Amino acid sequence: MRSVRVGAGQGFYGDTPDGALDVARNGDVSYICFDALAELTMAILQKDRMRNPEGGYTRDLPSFMRLLLPIAREQGIKLITNAGGMNPQGAAAAVRSVARDLGMDDLRVGVVSGDDITTRLDDLRSGGTTLAHLDTGASIDPVRDRVVFAVAYLGAQPIVDALQREADVIVTGRVADASLFVAPMVHELGWAWDDWDKLAAGVVLGHLMECSGQATGGNFSGDWWNIPDLDRVGYPICEVYDDASALISKPPGSGGWVSVDTVKQQLLYEVLDPRSYMNPDVVADFTSVELLAAGHNMVEVAHVRGRPRPDTLKVIAGYLDGWMGTAMIGYSWPDAPAKARRAAELIEKLATRSGLEPLEQLVELVGVDSLHGDAAAPAADTNEVMLRVAARFASEEEAARFPRVAMPLALNGPPFIGGSGSPGGPRALLGVWPTLVERELVEPLVEVHVQAAGAAS
Amino acid sequence: MSRVRLAAVGQARSGDKGDLANVALFAPTEALYEVFKREVTPQRVKRLFGRFVKGTVDRYEVPNVRALNFVLHEALDGGAARSLRSDPLGKSYGSLLLRMEIDIDDNLLRQAPPQLHPPE
Repeated sequence: MRSVRVGAGQGFYGDTPDGALDVARNGDVSYICFDALAELTMAILQKDRMRNPEGGYTRDLPSFMRLLLPIAREQGIKLITNAGGMNPQGAAAAVRSVARDLGMDDLRVGVVSGDDITTRLDDLRSGGTTLAHLDTGASIDPVRDRVVFAVAYLGAQPIVDALQREADVIVTGRVADASLFVAPMVHELGWAWDDWDKLAAGVVLGHLMECSGQATGGNFSGDWWNIPDLDRVGYPICEVYDDASALISKPPGSGGWVSVDTVKQQLLYEVLDPRSYMNPDVVADFTSVELLAAGHNMVEVAHVRGRPRPDTLKVIAGYLDGWMGTAMIGYSWPDAPAKARRAAELIEKLATRSGLEPLEQLVELVGVDSLHGDAAAPAADTNEVMLRVAARFASEEEAARFPRVAMPLALNGPPFIGGSGSPGGPRALLGVWPTLVERELVEPLVEVHVQAAGAAS
Repeated sequence: MSRVRLAAVGQARSGDKGDLANVALFAPTEALYEVFKREVTPQRVKRLFGRFVKGTVDRYEVPNVRALNFVLHEALDGGAARSLRSDPLGKSYGSLLLRMEIDIDDNLLRQAPPQLHPPE
C-alpha cells in the first residue's frame, strides 16, 4: 500500500520554527505544511499591506525559510505554506531571495494567487452575488465603503498543480488551513477529486494538524500537568495510506503527548456543525471519524465519510470599524474591585472632560471577571485586580489619547496602585464579514506559477 | 443525586470563527455522555454565558468522541479583530462552560474517572 508522511510546521503567525525543524530532522516526512493564517491574521496582514504595498505576508517567512531550506533540501522535504497572506507574490519573491542567499538558485518556488477578490467586490455584486452576511443574512451595504480586503478560501487543487510542476516550496494566499495538508496526500496517493470519503479523511487529518501543538498536548483540558516537555512539544505528523487510513504521531524524542484525548479535543476545535465541516474540496462528516489508540504517542484515524464539495467558496471580508485605546491600572487589597470600579468611573469622566467621545467602552476587572464575566463568583477578599478599560473611537488620534487621560490616577485616584500604563498604542479594529461566492466566479482566476529562485523575474 | 461542576468530570476546548465561538464538551464515559445530553442544554449554556453571548446557542451531538459541540452566535464582541475584550478569541470559553453545575446520579459519579488536580 502506498503511503506518505506529512508533518505540521506552524499553527499560527507567531509560532516558533523549532517545531518545524524538529519535524524536518526527526520526523521522516516528505512534506511539511505551515498554516500561518487565521481571520485575525488576515486583518493584521492587510494592515501591513495598507502601510506598505510590498508587505502583507507574514514577516517571519524569510527567517523560517532561512532555517528550514537547508535541512529540507538535504532530506528532500517539500514545504507548503499559506504565509503569503495578502501578498503571495511578494512572499514568493522573498523566499526566492533567501534561496539565492543560500546558494540554491535551482530551488523551485511555486506561488498560488487569485484568492484576493478585494477589487472585484462591486463587479461581483452587480453580477448578482449578494455578499450577504453568512451568519446573519444582513446586507453588506452599511459596511461596504469600509471594506479593506476580501479573500476567498481556496482548496488543494492549485497546490497539487504546483507539486505536479515540481515546486520545492509553495507559497499561497488564503488557501483553507486543512487544504494545505490535503494537497500532498492527493498528489502522492492519486486520490480522485470526487473521492469524497478520501478527501474528507485528508481534511480531518489537515484539521488535526493545522494548529501544531494543539493536537499533541498543547491547551489540553485534561491533566495538562502530566504532559511532558511542552517547551519542546512535537508537532503532529501523519502517515496516510492510499485507502485514506492514517496514523497521527509526533517526532520521536519530542515533548508533548499524542492520545485519543489530545486528538479528539483538536477534532472539534473551531468546528460549527460537525456533520458538515465545509471545505473547498469536500464536506467532511466529523461524526464519522473513528479515533483509536494505536500505540505509544500514536492514534489511528479511520472511517471518515465525506459528501460532494459545495458550489460556493467561503469569503472573508474585513472592514474598518474604528480604533481601540486601552488604559490599565492595578489595585491591591483591601477592596481592590471597588477601587478599580471607582477608577473606571473617574476615567470615564476624565475622558469626557478632555473631549473624547468613545463609541463604546468595556470595563474589565482582570483577576475578577475578564474571562468568565458574570458567571465568575466574586472572591471574598480579592488580593489584587488589574483594571482594564478598553474604548472604541472613530479616530486613531482619540484612541492614542485615551490612555493618557487615565494617567493622573497614579496620584489622584483610589489608593494602593500596582503598576499603570498603556499596553501598546492604539489598535485599528477590523470587523470580519463572512460570506459566500460561487466557485466558478473565483477559480478561473486562480493562478499557479512555479519559478526557480535564480531565474530572472 | 449529586450536584457537581462539569469541570469535575468533563473536558472542553473552545475557539472562534468570526463572531461565532464554539465550545466542545467531552464526556469521559457513555453513561456520563447521556447525562450531559440531558443536563447541558443550549438554554442553560446561553444563560451561563450571560452578556457574552448576544445571539442564540446551537448544540450538536458528536457521539463518536462523546462530545457536545456548542455554537454560540454573536459571542465575540464582533469578532477577534474587532473585539475590545481581553479574550477576543473565546479561548477561555471552554473553561467557562466547565463551571456549569449539573445533577449526576451517585452511582454514575462513582464510575467516572476521579477528578485530578495539579500538584501545588
